[in-house]
Amino acid sequence: MDAAVIVFPGSNCDRDIKVALAQSMGKEPHMVWHRDADFPKVDLIVLPGGFSYGDYLRCGAMAAHSPAMREVVARAGKGTRVLAICNGFQIATEAGLLPGALMRNAHLQYVCSDVNLRIETNQTEFMAKYRPGQVVRIPVGHADGNYQADEATLDRLEGEGLVALRYCDPNGTISSAANPNGAARNIAGVYNDERNVLGLMPHPERLSDAALGGTDGRLMIDSLVEALS
Amino acid sequence: MSKSVIEITPEVAASHGLKADEFQRVVEILGRNPNLVELGIFGAMWSEHCSYKSSKKWLKRLPTSAPWVICGPGENAGVIDIGDGQAVVFKMESHNHPSFIEPYQGAATGVGGIMRDVFTMGARPIANLNALRFGEPAHPKTRMLVAGVVHGIGGYGNCVGVPTIGGETTFHKSYNGNILVNAMTVGLARADRIFYSAAAGIGNPVVYVGSKTGRDGIHGAVMASAEFDDKSEEKRPTVQVGDPFTEKLLIEACLELMESDAIIAIQDMGAAGLTSSSFEMASKGGVGIELDLDLVPCREARMTAYEIMLSESQERMLMILKPGREDVARQVFEKWELDFAVIGRVTDTGRMILKKDGQVAADLPVAPLAEKAPMYDRPVQMTPKPAPLGDVPAAGDIADCLLKLLASPDLSKKDWVWRQYDHMVMADTVIRPGGDASMVRVHGTRKALAVTTDCTPRYCFADPEEGGAQAVAETWRNITATGAKPLAITDCMNFGNPERPEIMGQFAGCIEGMRKACLALDYPVVSGNVSLYNETNGQGVQPTPSIGGVGLIDDWAKAVQIAPKADGEVLVLIGETKGHLGQSLYLRELLGREDGPPPPVDLSAERRNGDFVRAEILAGRVKACHDVSDGGIAVAVAEMCLAAGRGAEAGLPGGLGHAVAFGEDQGRYILSIAAGEAAALLDRAAKSGVPAARLGQVGGDRLTFQGARAISLHDLRRAHESWLPNYMAG
Repeated sequence: MDAAVIVFPGSNCDRDIKVALAQSMGKEPHMVWHRDADFPKVDLIVLPGGFSYGDYLRCGAMAAHSPAMREVVARAGKGTRVLAICNGFQIATEAGLLPGALMRNAHLQYVCSDVNLRIETNQTEFMAKYRPGQVVRIPVGHADGNYQADEATLDRLEGEGLVALRYCDPNGTISSAANPNGAARNIAGVYNDERNVLGLMPHPERLSDAALGGTDGRLMIDSLVEALS
Repeated sequence: MSKSVIEITPEVAASHGLKADEFQRVVEILGRNPNLVELGIFGAMWSEHCSYKSSKKWLKRLPTSAPWVICGPGENAGVIDIGDGQAVVFKMESHNHPSFIEPYQGAATGVGGIMRDVFTMGARPIANLNALRFGEPAHPKTRMLVAGVVHGIGGYGNCVGVPTIGGETTFHKSYNGNILVNAMTVGLARADRIFYSAAAGIGNPVVYVGSKTGRDGIHGAVMASAEFDDKSEEKRPTVQVGDPFTEKLLIEACLELMESDAIIAIQDMGAAGLTSSSFEMASKGGVGIELDLDLVPCREARMTAYEIMLSESQERMLMILKPGREDVARQVFEKWELDFAVIGRVTDTGRMILKKDGQVAADLPVAPLAEKAPMYDRPVQMTPKPAPLGDVPAAGDIADCLLKLLASPDLSKKDWVWRQYDHMVMADTVIRPGGDASMVRVHGTRKALAVTTDCTPRYCFADPEEGGAQAVAETWRNITATGAKPLAITDCMNFGNPERPEIMGQFAGCIEGMRKACLALDYPVVSGNVSLYNETNGQGVQPTPSIGGVGLIDDWAKAVQIAPKADGEVLVLIGETKGHLGQSLYLRELLGREDGPPPPVDLSAERRNGDFVRAEILAGRVKACHDVSDGGIAVAVAEMCLAAGRGAEAGLPGGLGHAVAFGEDQGRYILSIAAGEAAALLDRAAKSGVPAARLGQVGGDRLTFQGARAISLHDLRRAHESWLPNYMAG
């Protein structure tokens, strides 16, 4: 399996996902500078976390127009898997890869904390190693993670099983107290219709190593590696 | 009116912060009256902030060397050797005055500035910390200042992508008019690739990189060297505006260029901007520099030489490159979409010549500006030793007292603060904020760095020498409590007006205490910063020598945190308990008294106890460890219980007395160990001459001090966690 991580000016979790990918893949991913639309053919493209273009204008808005992103959109359309984490999720919605938008957190503060997440379905290449309904602990770190879409879109996402993860309490109950940013219906991550693109606010790469306090995030990366190898 | 026709009078000099005798010295050095540009440069370079003119005499007393010190004070940051060809670069710096005037940008640019000091030396920043002191919570400005400062620190550090993993947030009325924002950055470098600031090589290009120069922050260094009065908010235009996105690009571009051999010297443009960076590079290199200010990338049209030289626009660096390497460097900076301009060259004239519009705008000798800078031996009136503490009545039931203390502003949980900081980016944070020291791995190795900031200003105010020693010792203790070996410190000295002898007495006293502690603990000062004039209308802050400590552990897996791991573990108290209540939080928070002497620091006991604790941790015999500080044994045990979500039953040495429960005797730790290990550990302690006693046992869901009312974990947690969020929501 080969992977590529797109590096934008202001990306700052690019090295973290590189380390986590290398740990699961046994080899390093390609690090692709955002101006390079001509990067190698890969099985997985990662849009990493960070503050591309400083989050100026609107989170992800400028990065969505990078040369590399035009190529990512084209390849996603042909089935290449895309994992879009945090700022990557924002970029993916701005680029039209995923529905909805990430708004400023409801409490208007940045939040860095472990959160509990419920795996809504494991019937995807991203989640095969989790149990359906499993509660996992993975950190978030964002000021703009408040997922919103119109009601019809939200109903469709739920109806078609495109909600990947929801914020929940340790028992798996979906509650507003467990929602770190005000996201509609506690949605933490969504798939595109073909389920080859996953966007999520939590950072699986931040808990992929027992030294950091847990490995719940690693299962997501291991799932992809197993599916794509 | 053209600025060039302003007549330079002593009054104009005074508006640049130069006193009459200092202005006279300027005229003597030049042999003529300076023009306005030159005057502005002298004013900035000779400001307290840039020249250390009141403090240098005392700073020289601090120990600065050890076999592991690669570079001590005097460069952008200190450098220590951590083995395997790796070095740690770190420093703490104040951004007090701007943060009070404009909290978001003041704090943000403080973080940006200290990170530049570190990556200027070739190090990738890997951790940030912040020591924050605010006025009393009831003061009308405090809430807004806390919100703005925390937001600013997060806004900058989160975007740059360096984890903010530690610090302090405390409150006292002496900071009502002068908050303290002390930012620390720790970076990792190759020991053989440290970059310094001395310009060299006659004819070599002087290169400007980073952001464009604007009209922001002009006179910032002078502003930071004066007292505040009721009109201080009018100084808002002197505060700089930060752009963390550009800082992130600047870090990547500088570190990328540093992989080549193009750079001879590099210096960030901090206080007094282009003026201080170019003068420092020339002065350290013993050379001259000629700059063409028309080549400086400017944000606005028609900026004058005066404005360009004194702007404190952020995210800018000055470099001396090897001849012929301009194109290599230009390519790197263009890739990162940053400005790059060759603006001058190194000369052999020993003079700083600035040209603008084809004319010489300033012509100054470099060496005299540094060498003949005013140095003051200001009058010193040492702080009298405090009177002994009289009788202290019990403030109520032990359990009630503990709950009140845990809910007090200084002891309340600060996760409202650090949840707003990305403390996990870089994926190497192995001990998160909230315990003693925090810890980051040295990327890709088993090694890790323990980092902390500490100071107890109320101790320093009561007895500067004991307080100075205590601040150093507490960082040493917090690092030791993780199992790491403390290596070196950075200091950020925050005091009032040095022209008042009693303030200089506080400064001298703190330095003396720090000196003794550094010597006794083999724990040198490698970098630092002095912030004076933290005073409003004659009211100074409590003396606050913030200490940032760095320690090393060879295997992060050996490190321990404050949370006991299992029910049944035994709590052991290390160190001697006398029940010292003078200057304690118990006294202040429950009895409204701030009197008595602070707890004395016995430095030989400190070292003996700490070395014992560290050896036990590294031998794998300790499940959890917490130092005993503010609030004494009772608070320390409660914090351990809360971290673990486990209760405990504990006795108090000598019985159930308030002084024993809440006294702040120094040099103490609480260990949590497997029950079967306790007897052997007590035996080893006895053989090492270390006071040690069984305190109690972990278990259940209540904390009970024998003879006192049991407190449920729920009540403990509510007391500890409610105050700050409720206050900020108020």
